[in-house]
Amino acid sequence: MRPGDRQAGRRPGLPNRAYRSLLVATAAIFVAVVGWYVLSIVVQARPAFSALGVSWIFQKVWDPTHNRFGLLPFILGTLETTAIAMVLAVPIGLGSALALAHLVPDRLKVPLSTMVELLAAVPSVVYGLWGLIVIAPVFRSTVEPFLSTVFGWTGLFNGPADGVGLLLAGVILFVMVLPTMVAISRDVLAVVPLEQVEGAMALGATRWQVLRKVVIPGARTGILGGFTLAIGRALGETVAVALIIGNSPYIAHSITSPAATLASLIVNNFGEATGTELSALFGAALVLMVIGVVVNAAARWLVPASALSSAVPVAVG
Amino acid sequence: MASALAFDAPSDPMLERRRLIHEAARSSLRRRALTSRVAVGVCWLCLGIAIVPLVAVVAYVVAKGLPAWSADFFTHVTAPEGIPGGGVWNAIVGTAEIGLISTAVTVPLGLSCGLFLAQSEGKVAAAVRFTADVMTGVPSITIGIFGYIAIVKNFGYSGLAGAFSIGIVMLPVVIRAGETAFRSVPPSLQEAALALGARNAVIARRVVVPTALPGVITGVFLAVARGLGETAPLLLTIFGNQYMQWNPTKPMDALPLVIFNNSSQPYADLVQIAWGAALLLLAVVLMLNIAGRVAAAVLRREKR
Amino acid sequence: MIEPVPAPSPPPARPGPEAPAVTAAKTVARGPRGEPVMRLRQVSVSFSGRAAVRDVSFDVRTAQITALIGPSGSGKTTLLRALNRMHDSERSASVTGTITLGDLDVNAASTDATLLRTRVGMVFQRPNPFPTMSIYENAVAGLRFNGVRKKSLLDESAESALTAAALWDSVRDRLKTRASTLSGGEQQRLCIARALAVEPEVLLMDEPTSALDPVATKRIEELVGELKDRVTIVIVTHNMQQAMRVSDQCAFLLMGADKAGELVEFGPTATLFSDPSDPRTLDYVNGRFG
Repeated sequence: MRPGDRQAGRRPGLPNRAYRSLLVATAAIFVAVVGWYVLSIVVQARPAFSALGVSWIFQKVWDPTHNRFGLLPFILGTLETTAIAMVLAVPIGLGSALALAHLVPDRLKVPLSTMVELLAAVPSVVYGLWGLIVIAPVFRSTVEPFLSTVFGWTGLFNGPADGVGLLLAGVILFVMVLPTMVAISRDVLAVVPLEQVEGAMALGATRWQVLRKVVIPGARTGILGGFTLAIGRALGETVAVALIIGNSPYIAHSITSPAATLASLIVNNFGEATGTELSALFGAALVLMVIGVVVNAAARWLVPASALSSAVPVAVG
Repeated sequence: MASALAFDAPSDPMLERRRLIHEAARSSLRRRALTSRVAVGVCWLCLGIAIVPLVAVVAYVVAKGLPAWSADFFTHVTAPEGIPGGGVWNAIVGTAEIGLISTAVTVPLGLSCGLFLAQSEGKVAAAVRFTADVMTGVPSITIGIFGYIAIVKNFGYSGLAGAFSIGIVMLPVVIRAGETAFRSVPPSLQEAALALGARNAVIARRVVVPTALPGVITGVFLAVARGLGETAPLLLTIFGNQYMQWNPTKPMDALPLVIFNNSSQPYADLVQIAWGAALLLLAVVLMLNIAGRVAAAVLRREKR
Repeated sequence: MIEPVPAPSPPPARPGPEAPAVTAAKTVARGPRGEPVMRLRQVSVSFSGRAAVRDVSFDVRTAQITALIGPSGSGKTTLLRALNRMHDSERSASVTGTITLGDLDVNAASTDATLLRTRVGMVFQRPNPFPTMSIYENAVAGLRFNGVRKKSLLDESAESALTAAALWDSVRDRLKTRASTLSGGEQQRLCIARALAVEPEVLLMDEPTSALDPVATKRIEELVGELKDRVTIVIVTHNMQQAMRVSDQCAFLLMGADKAGELVEFGPTATLFSDPSDPRTLDYVNGRFG
C-alpha cells in the first residue's frame, strides 16, 4: 500500500513497478533463450574445430568413413541455389511489384496482392513434395534436355540431367522467395508520392520513364531490403531443398547436377551421425546460423522494421 | 531576325532551343512509346508468372491429395510399408498437440514481450527488437538443432522437444506482430485512462489489448500458421512414431514429418498419403491465414 | 502527331507589333502579345458521369497571365489539369468540349499526350523536385525524358531556365548536390526551372505559392511577372490579392447547384475586380464568401 491508497480504496491491477518488472522479465526470458540458442550451437560445434582446425570449413571432401570433413561443397550448394533463385526472383519480383503497385486497377490490387502473399504461407515441405513429384519429371524430360541443347555451349549444362539437382532447387526456391520480394517491393513502390509521379508525367515522360526514373529510384532502399530478406530465406531453406537437390556431397559442375546445401546435409545425416561427424554437422549448423544472422541483420538495417509488413510470414523451413 | 519585336529579340536562342527540343521529342517518340508499352507488358507478364505457381501448387495438391482423403486416412495410424489402409490420425494428433502446446506458451510470453517493446524506447528495447527481427528469419534447421541440444540430448525425442523448437520459431513472430499491434493504439486513449487514475497493468488489460485485438489476432493466426508448417525443427526433435501417441513426452508424429518422409518413398500408396497430408496441412495453414485477415477486418469494422 | 503551328493571321486593327515571320515549317511560332494561344470551348470534365466542371469557354492570350479564381471546390484545378491532359491517367475521368493549342486539338486521339506536355508545362502546389536527383538532373529531367541527349543543349537549357527562375546564381556552384538541400521556396523555383527548361509555350501553375511562406511567395509572384514574356501563364489561385497583383485576365469559377463548377465571368483583371458584370463576382471579390 502506498500513501493515498487509503483514500482511493485499493485500486485494481498490479502496482506499476511490479507490472513493469513482469514485462521486462518476459523480454529478458526471450533474450536469454536466444543467447542459449547461440551458445548451444557454438559449444557443440567446438569439438569439430578443435579436432579439424578452422580451415576444414573450406575443404572439398566430405567423407565420414575416412574421417574427412569439408563444408565447401555444401557452402557452394547453398550459395548456388540461392543465386539461381535470386536471378529469377529479382526481375520477376520487381516486375510483379511494379504491376501491383502502379499498373493494376484499384479494385484488383488487394485480391492479387493477397494471392501472391498467400504463396508465402504454403509450407516449405509442400513445395518440396510438389517439386519432387510434379516438377522434377518435367525437368528431366523436357526442361533440362532443352537447356543443354540450347545452352550447352556455355559448359554449364553438361552434367547429369535427372531432374533433381541445383537447377530444380533453385527454381523451387525462386517460387518460395518470390512473395517476399514482391510484397516488400510493392509496399515501397506504392508509397512513392503521387506528386512526383505527376511531376514526371507533366514533363512529358512515358509511363515506363516515370516508373524507371522516379518510382523505382524512390523505392531503392526498400527494394534492397526486400532483396536481402529474400536472400535470407533462400539461404536458410531446408526441407524443400533437401527433397529435390539430389543430395550429392560433391561440388557440382553443372547446373543440372545433384548437389547439397548446408541445411540438406544436416537433415540427411543427423540421424545416424556420431562422434566427429556429429560435431561437423554442428559446425555446419554454426556456419548456417552465422550466415542467416548476418544476412537478416543486413536486411533489417536496410529497411526499418516498420516498413516490413508483418503480414508476410517469412517461413524458413 | 528581321522583325524588331521587343519581346521576341532576346528569345531567339530560346526559339532555337525549342525547335531542337521538339525535334528530339518527336523523333524519339516512337522509340519511347514502344519501350514503354513493352516494359509495361513485361511487368504484367511477371505478375502472371508470379501467380502461376500459387495456382499450380494448390491445384496439384488438391488434385492429388483429395483422392487420399478417406475414412481410413483420418482415423487410422501409419501402416507399415506396402500395407494399404494407412492413415495420418497419429500425425494429426501430434501436430495438434505440438501446435497447442507451443501456442499456449508462446502467445502470452510473446505478447507480453511485444507490449514491453511497444511501451519502451531506448537502446535496450531497440536491441531486443533487433534480435526478434533477426530471429524471425534465422534458418529453422538451426532451431531444430537447438531443440535437439537442449532437450533431446537430455530427455530423448518427444513431442515436447518439438513444441519447444516450434515455439522458438513462433516467438519472435508473435513478439513483432504484438508490438506492431500495440503501437497502433492511440496514446490519447492510454493517457485518458491514466488521467482517471488507472494503473498501467489495468490500462494494458482494459484499453491497450482490446484496442489492439485485430492486429493481435492476425499476428497470432499467422504465427500459428507458420509454426504448423515448419518441418525442420521437428525432424530433429520428435523422431516420428507410427503408432498413436497421446503423450507429448514421448516421440510423436506430425503432418509435416509424414509428408517429408513419404515423399521419397517408392511405394505409391505412401506417396499418396503424403499428398493427402499435404492437402490437409495446406488447408489448415491457408485457412488460418485467411481467417486471421478476415477476423482483423471484421473486428476493425465493428469498432467504428 | 502534333502539327506545326502555322503563322497566325494578321492581327486585327489594333495598334501593336506585327506577327513574326515563320522561320521554318517545323518551327513553333509565337503570336504577338494578346493573340490567343489556347482556346477553350464548352469544356466540361466529369468523373464517373458526375460533372466537376461544366461548359467553360475562354481564350488564353499570349504573353499574358490568366488567373483561375474562385472558392475551393469550384473546379479550378480540375480545369487546369485538363489543359495538359493530366486526367488521362484517371480511368473515371472524361473531358468534353474543345481545347486548342494553336491549331492543335488537345484532346484528339491523334494528339500524343507526352508531346503535348512539352508544349504545355505544369508547376504543382507543393514543390516536388525528384529527391534522388541533383539540382542539375532535376533541371534537365524534362529534356532527358524527351530524348534530348546533347550535353551542350542540356547545359544551355539548364542555365537559361535556372536563370529565368532566379536560381542560377545561388546554385551554379552546387549543381550536383541533391535537390532536397534547397529550401521550400528554392525548391519551387527549381520546379519552375524544370518546367521552363523544356521551353513550353504555356505554363500551368496550380496554386504554386500556397505551400510557401510569405517571403518565398512574394519572390515567386515577382518571378511569374518576369516570366510572362517568355511563356504564357495560366495560374490557379484561391488568393484574390495574388490574382490582382499578378494577372492580366481572370476567370471566375463558382460551384453551381449541381456541384459542377461553371465559369461565371471572364475578363481583364482590373475590370473584374473593380466593376464586374455578374453580381456573384462582385460578392466574391468583396470577400462576402470564399
